[in-house]
Amino acid sequence: MEFIVKHIWLIPAAPLLAAGAGALLPKRRRRSGAGLAVGAVGVSFLLSCAAFWATLHGGRATSHFRWFDFGATSAQLGWMLDPLGAIMAVMVALVSLLIFIYSLGYMAGDGNFTRFFCFMSLFAAAMLGMVLANSLLLFFICWELVGLASYLLIGFWFQKPAAAAAARKAFITTRIGDLGFLVGMLALYSKTGTLLFYDGGGGCLEQGVIGGVAVSTAIALLIFCGAIGKSGQLPLHVWLPDAMEGPTPVSALIHAATMVAAGVFLVARVYPLMTPQALQVVTWVGALTAVFAAAIAVAQNDIKRILAYSTVSQLGYMMMGLGAGGVAVGMFHLTTHAFFKALLFLGAGSVIHGCHDEQDIRKMGGLRKRMPVTFAAYAAGMMALCGVPLFFSGFWSKDAILGAADHWSASRGPFYLGLFGAFLTAFYMTRQVCAVFFGKPATGEAERARESAPVMTAPLLILAVLAVAAGFFGTPAWPWFQRYLEGGRAGFDLSRLLDGRALTVMLLSTALVAAGITWGGWIYGRAGRGTDPFEKARPALFACLRRKFFVDEFYAATVVRLTAAFAMFCDWLDRVVLDGAVRAVSWLAVALARLNRSVDESVVNGGFDAGTEAVRGSGAWVSRFQNGQAQRYLRVIGLAFCGLLILLLWGSP
Amino acid sequence: MLNEIAFLLCATLTLAGAVAAMTLRNLVHCALCAAGAFAGLAAIYLQLDAEFAGFAQLLVYVGAVAILIVFTILLTRGAEIQPAASPSWRMGVTVGALVTACLIGSIAASPGLHGSPPQTVQAPVKRIGEQLMNQYVMPLEAIGLLLTAALLGAVIIALREPPKPEPPAP
Amino acid sequence: MTTPLAHYLILAALLFGVGLAGALARRNAILVLLGLELMLNAANLNFIAFWRFSSHPGELTGLMFVLFSIAIGAAEAAIGLALVIAIHRHRRTAQVDRFDSLKG
Repeated sequence: MEFIVKHIWLIPAAPLLAAGAGALLPKRRRRSGAGLAVGAVGVSFLLSCAAFWATLHGGRATSHFRWFDFGATSAQLGWMLDPLGAIMAVMVALVSLLIFIYSLGYMAGDGNFTRFFCFMSLFAAAMLGMVLANSLLLFFICWELVGLASYLLIGFWFQKPAAAAAARKAFITTRIGDLGFLVGMLALYSKTGTLLFYDGGGGCLEQGVIGGVAVSTAIALLIFCGAIGKSGQLPLHVWLPDAMEGPTPVSALIHAATMVAAGVFLVARVYPLMTPQALQVVTWVGALTAVFAAAIAVAQNDIKRILAYSTVSQLGYMMMGLGAGGVAVGMFHLTTHAFFKALLFLGAGSVIHGCHDEQDIRKMGGLRKRMPVTFAAYAAGMMALCGVPLFFSGFWSKDAILGAADHWSASRGPFYLGLFGAFLTAFYMTRQVCAVFFGKPATGEAERARESAPVMTAPLLILAVLAVAAGFFGTPAWPWFQRYLEGGRAGFDLSRLLDGRALTVMLLSTALVAAGITWGGWIYGRAGRGTDPFEKARPALFACLRRKFFVDEFYAATVVRLTAAFAMFCDWLDRVVLDGAVRAVSWLAVALARLNRSVDESVVNGGFDAGTEAVRGSGAWVSRFQNGQAQRYLRVIGLAFCGLLILLLWGSP
Repeated sequence: MLNEIAFLLCATLTLAGAVAAMTLRNLVHCALCAAGAFAGLAAIYLQLDAEFAGFAQLLVYVGAVAILIVFTILLTRGAEIQPAASPSWRMGVTVGALVTACLIGSIAASPGLHGSPPQTVQAPVKRIGEQLMNQYVMPLEAIGLLLTAALLGAVIIALREPPKPEPPAP
Repeated sequence: MTTPLAHYLILAALLFGVGLAGALARRNAILVLLGLELMLNAANLNFIAFWRFSSHPGELTGLMFVLFSIAIGAAEAAIGLALVIAIHRHRRTAQVDRFDSLKG
């Protein structure tokens, strides 16, 4: 045990090595690539379990090391082990392991099998690094790596223009949130002088209120911007549904269970920084997102898109839980949601696989008899998501959130929004299940659907069991989960279930869920194929919901247009002004060179040539004096002698 | 008085011989007249109390150089058909006359050359020998070397080369 | 001895002039050498005359010089004539204006 507490970094290191090795493998080595990835994440899972076991016995650890120096200070990175991190690591590793095994079957027909597992290992490494980081800097690095892995995996089938566009959209939208995160990080650093979370009293989370309520709130909200982007909260939710262009295991792992939960985890991790004012904002954003997304999900026809909007909605619930009730409430729903949402996505993948890559629910139907195992698992997940009481984990976790919202002193608004959202959730899930599994098959493909291979159905069943069992760790009767995170012992006390207000909330939510399922089943269960009855009844409203409240169109008309115009302006500037200047300079240089050359040729060379010609000419002229006649030389000597004599004798006085 | 006449006689002989040496057509006559000029000069040396120089002049110039010239003339026969004087002989004579005029002019213009000679002079051979061995021993040795080199050089230059052996037939 | 120094010098000058004129005017190389010898002898005469009329005739400087000059003159004549013979052997001529291969 002591070993893993001291060597926390091994948990993200294993998948990272697998990713590195996988990147070097050639395409045809499919078994090695998959084996590496599954093995590595299996090792991570075992180590995470060991770490979790250690924390159960009070094991805690923080470490930090210096990355690089700048000036007098240095950038510190570090690892930490605490209950929050340990439980997240176990959840992430377990869900990743199950989804990797599922992908062995799902992606068997794809040519880029090895690349898929390399990217998935990279994602797992980054995610595990994020949950175990002790430094906001290391957290941010892993945050960005996770975003990168998401980009690579959404755009896995990059030959499809829709997939490439969706990957870009995801990256850019989360980037906008990350900008706020970065500014918040810098502000925090400048105020506290450290980016380590826990440093024996010196970490940035151990400082109390930093620089006044306004500054603290500002920093908290800036960091929350990152969470808004990554977890698809209201203004920056637009990328999540488009991210369904990626393969279904990717959607299950990244965009349901883990990466999108990273935003929630971020808020949970920096919870000491959150002032009550910041938490108000968090709660309201979460509540509005929950209802907004649930409403849109009612009118979608793509099986994965319904689940995507459902994810956005549930993330809103998690934020609401964090804001109104605290870390334990939000994290409990995060954990249960990871299990049942992954289950739902994998089930949807199984259905898509069985119907030969058909994703429109209007073209399915009657799969209950043809894919029974998938149906059973999917039904368990659906009931967990809706919050069917007592046996399904979603009930307990959502109930905790609603209870916290009920007790929230600031406002009753989120509570009512939460209740309405629960009703909508039940409604759209029933619509989906009826369309896919009940009724008569709409197409031949659906008729010929076969159950999937055991390598795909086994993870479904394991997740179904978890979707049921995980809830029992957080009931009011035995709040083990909450006590584990907050550090205390949880006693088993059934009477807490019957506490007045808690019981009211439970009964209210049960009633709403029942209403939703009944009404949904009544509308959609009896109707045959053909137009959606809702659409027939309220076409305008349905169209608005189906078009996602026109948010994408609004963004395209404003933000995108503005950016494109600015980009065109910059292009003009670059091509005409700057390029023109460069061309002018180069023209000048060329002209100067030409001038130089002509001067060189005429003046320098010409001058030199003229000089040498002069020398040669004069030399030739002088050499004519030497005609080889010795007597002439003697004559000249004689004359010179006379001249000299005359000069000497009668020249000077 | 006698002295003067003797001098004039010798001077005339010398000059006449020199002029004849330079103007006669027949080369051997030129050489013999030159020998006469040398002899006249030897007489003048004797008159100037430089007996050793005079005799040396006779021995060397008349006895060796003149004869040498005669031999050379005889060895290089067959070159007198052309006109004896070069095409620019007038120019040469003019230059010679000019140089002479300059020299005589400078002599005439110099003071202190018209006095009588000083005391009688003795130049015994013993004294000459002593000087040669003491003061002028280096020039003496150098002259020895020079004469040896000249001898060898002259022989080598004038040597008739033996005929080269025929190269082997290809 | 009553002839003044000037007379001897004038004789030497005339002799020199004759020698120079002959060296410049005659074609045959041997006669050019002869002219050269006459010039040399004129110089020797100059030396003897100046020695005789000098204030230190006991030094025998002029005499010594003339002795060496005679020796050198003889050596030079020998070499020069050997050269003429050698050239005559190759060129079949002893005319000075034919020896002009050193022209520029």
